Amino acid sequence: MSSVEKPVRRPDRAALQDRRWVGRSIPRKEDPKLLTGRAAYVGDVSVPGLLDAAVLRSPYANARIRSIDTSRAKALPGVVAVLTGADAAEVIEPMTAFCAEPVPQHAIAIDRVRFPGEAVAAVAATSRYVAEDACALIDVDYEVLPAIVDPIAAMDAESPRVHDTLDGNVVFHRRVDFGDVDGDFARADHVVRRTARWHRMGAQPLETAGTIASFDPFSQSMTLWSNTNFYNFLPWTFANMLRVPSNRLRVVPCTVGGSFGSKHLTNKVIAIAGALSKATGRPVKFMEDRADNLAANDNVGPDRIYDAGLAVTGDGEFIALRLEIVDDYGAYFQFAHGQHGNALSQPTGPYRIGSLSYEISCVLTNKVQQGFFRGAGADPGNFILERLVDAAADELRLDRVEIRRRNFIRPEQFPYKIPTGNTYDSGNYEGVLDRALALADVDAWRGEQEKARAEGRYIGIGLASCQERSGYNATEWWFLYDKPPLPATSTPESVKIDVSAFGQIRVELGCPLWGNSPETVVSQVVAEEFGIDPGEVSVTYSDSTSGAISAGPGGSRLTVMLSGAVRGASRTIKDKMIRIAAHSMEADPADVKLVDGQVRPKGTPSKAMSMGDVAMLAHLFKETNPEGEDSGLVTTFTYDHPYASLPSDDRKDLGAFYPFVSHACHIPIVEVDVETGVVKVLKYYAVNDCGTLMNPKLVEGQIMGGIVQGIGAALMEEYRYDQEDGSLETGTFREYLLPSMHEAPEIVIEHQETPSPFSEFGVKGAGEGGRLVAPTAIASAIDDALKPLGVTVNELPMTPERVVAAIAEARASAAGDA
Amino acid sequence: MPEKVRLSITVNGVEHDVLVEPRTLLLDFLRDELDLKGAHAGCEHGVCAACTVLVDGEATRSCLMFVAQLDGAAVRTVESLAAADGTLHPIQQAFMQEHGLQCGFCTPGMLMAACELLEHTPMPEPDDVREALGGNICRCTGYQNIVNAVCAAGPLLAANVGTPTAPPAQGVSA
Repeated sequence: MSSVEKPVRRPDRAALQDRRWVGRSIPRKEDPKLLTGRAAYVGDVSVPGLLDAAVLRSPYANARIRSIDTSRAKALPGVVAVLTGADAAEVIEPMTAFCAEPVPQHAIAIDRVRFPGEAVAAVAATSRYVAEDACALIDVDYEVLPAIVDPIAAMDAESPRVHDTLDGNVVFHRRVDFGDVDGDFARADHVVRRTARWHRMGAQPLETAGTIASFDPFSQSMTLWSNTNFYNFLPWTFANMLRVPSNRLRVVPCTVGGSFGSKHLTNKVIAIAGALSKATGRPVKFMEDRADNLAANDNVGPDRIYDAGLAVTGDGEFIALRLEIVDDYGAYFQFAHGQHGNALSQPTGPYRIGSLSYEISCVLTNKVQQGFFRGAGADPGNFILERLVDAAADELRLDRVEIRRRNFIRPEQFPYKIPTGNTYDSGNYEGVLDRALALADVDAWRGEQEKARAEGRYIGIGLASCQERSGYNATEWWFLYDKPPLPATSTPESVKIDVSAFGQIRVELGCPLWGNSPETVVSQVVAEEFGIDPGEVSVTYSDSTSGAISAGPGGSRLTVMLSGAVRGASRTIKDKMIRIAAHSMEADPADVKLVDGQVRPKGTPSKAMSMGDVAMLAHLFKETNPEGEDSGLVTTFTYDHPYASLPSDDRKDLGAFYPFVSHACHIPIVEVDVETGVVKVLKYYAVNDCGTLMNPKLVEGQIMGGIVQGIGAALMEEYRYDQEDGSLETGTFREYLLPSMHEAPEIVIEHQETPSPFSEFGVKGAGEGGRLVAPTAIASAIDDALKPLGVTVNELPMTPERVVAAIAEARASAAGDA
Repeated sequence: MPEKVRLSITVNGVEHDVLVEPRTLLLDFLRDELDLKGAHAGCEHGVCAACTVLVDGEATRSCLMFVAQLDGAAVRTVESLAAADGTLHPIQQAFMQEHGLQCGFCTPGMLMAACELLEHTPMPEPDDVREALGGNICRCTGYQNIVNAVCAAGPLLAANVGTPTAPPAQGVSA
């Protein structure tokens, strides 16, 4: 594909060169409240008359509910309400879904349960203890049905169906060819083929999802305190689900104890708390416990089987990619095929691959449904692509570094349009690769590897060069549907800035504190714009009544979008201050500047006014201000996505929808114990390019955290279901394993800065990169360690059991060949 | 319903005479009865350690302990660390300096486990930290900055007046 002609904006050179606060590792403003237990997570919030809720869940993967008897539970002292699915449907609507197919979902199941842990009843009581006691007194009569567990078997036309509203379990299927794929495969000298398996993993933030709902029957209004994200993006979907007018719903954000993509909606807890509040006329808190979260929170990522081919010339040039994917979505289809829309932003990675065939089958089974988890579907995309690239190097006997160099998009080719239509803004991939090789001192590790092998130990050096698309627009959720033919959304972010009469600045965010650093980032941007200290900036959070749209964190967008929103709002405020000051100074506004927190006329610094002087005029003394200037110093600025274009009607061009493309090269060093199958990460090197660094220390924090989550994905984390009865085998943290300090290696990070031409300050996203790259980098390291045994990794996570099995298989195969 | 249990427990230096249901977990007692929200429920089955507090100086998972077991015990929570005037405890300062937290949900548990370590090992090495805090799960940071923070807390504590479990100068506890 060729370069495109649409650079919408060039970087603001002055802002890049003379910046004082953007790019500095100032300490986080969010920290003190978090360090002292004063953060006010939703679980910490209380309101008068509050009841606590608990949920009874199905032990079966697939069953009809013959009857539910709640009488014993209702009789328990302290119990205020018990709701079955049918009871809840009296007061709320089914859960919001973004799919076009008829896959209705109720927060509490009606007549049938479709995954183990699906809610069958909810209780509101005077304490959580009593509510849980009451759950134990609810009698449910189930007719257990055969569990639909294996996605391939589920695709069979004869398979029992998860939903009777559908013709089969393949809820969505589509193949799109971008470019002349068949022609490119026909002219290829080699076709590299691989199958791969990416298992089901979950975000598992340490704080579960929770909501307090308080319904006022007199005004028919509802207030929620919640750790959801979309309260300023899609609050009307909550209102619709809760059956309250959208102008009478207020959602108050709470500090969020981690999300990693899993708390965009949190519809289940909102619906359950809302229904119970309507039923009792009192505020009700429903806070998932860990068992609730593991079984039923929608925080599970992709669960994919790949059959893939890469068409290569004799020179090792990649020309076409074919991906056939079966994706096990679980029992419902909340975000439709959005995880594939996401993957289509970068399926060809950092390489010049001219055409792509992408075929997906989204299959429903009796498991909890997919939601979003850091990487959002592009994570297995990076895995399969880098597996193919390493396989191509092996088959063509090319060095794995050399084959990447030959195929990288070159710096002069940006902005670069990939086959799907998405456009990469900028990059220098070879620069990142070279720095990573130097940082890791690969030659020295090769020496270590050789020494270890002589001792019968298996050390491996991994390598992966991957993209981190950032700055999503939500069009990816629906652009693979032809009908309804929805246009592109700009997925905006808003902030309000007000300046008090004393000249002190406050920023009101429309997004929650989700574990990232929005207060620090906006303080740095405001400090840059006004020439003040970031410590002087006050940052608060609006609730959903702000009326301004904010999609919040997600898709590694927040720093990009907040920079745009804060800069836009700052310009409006600064312009007004300059007009008022110039009028007061009897100067031309063009000759007046706001620097170092002062408004100064050119040539006569003695006439400078403080921000307080100007702000007081703006607030109180309209008659002395320029004619037509209204009073006050406040503005709300909505920053629309700066570079999004429409998908074509035939969907052969999906438009630019994820244009800020960061890049990283990871080089992990691992040791594999061939007896136990345990893989230990000895050291981890990463060179990252996310454009202009807003705050290097905080970016490194995101990368390190993502890498360790990626180590979990590569080695430990997996939702496992019994293949016969479909029960969840990983229902606690004793089975669903998260990386601890013992699994976390020393991580060394360096940065390259290739600014984006399309964003303010040239920043790009950095929130997901660690987890987008680490799994496939570790797979490569395991391959390298076990090369003498002939093992290649085609499945993640590589648990000790799988490593041992792969070694045994390779040995058996070698013995068979001999 | 079994009879309630009467007992005396000291929390952050304040003695409380209480009457509790035998099944009341220490974590729920601290959060719901004493309104100390710093200890968090992450898993409620003893794996994540977000609920860690000090019981008679020992880092303890408050989700696995009944209040009824604690007659006469002294409990310290994260609320005892910073001074009322906003001065952070040296261990908290070290976490801030080293960017040892992101969402903050595991942080109070990390801090209290670090208190116990620093009480016995004033200048810990990274391996000491991994040994002492290895059972505390953090989903955000990747741990490296937490290890760095606890190591950095040693010199900061030595330079300050105070001990790992006592608040800095002019501090008060809950």
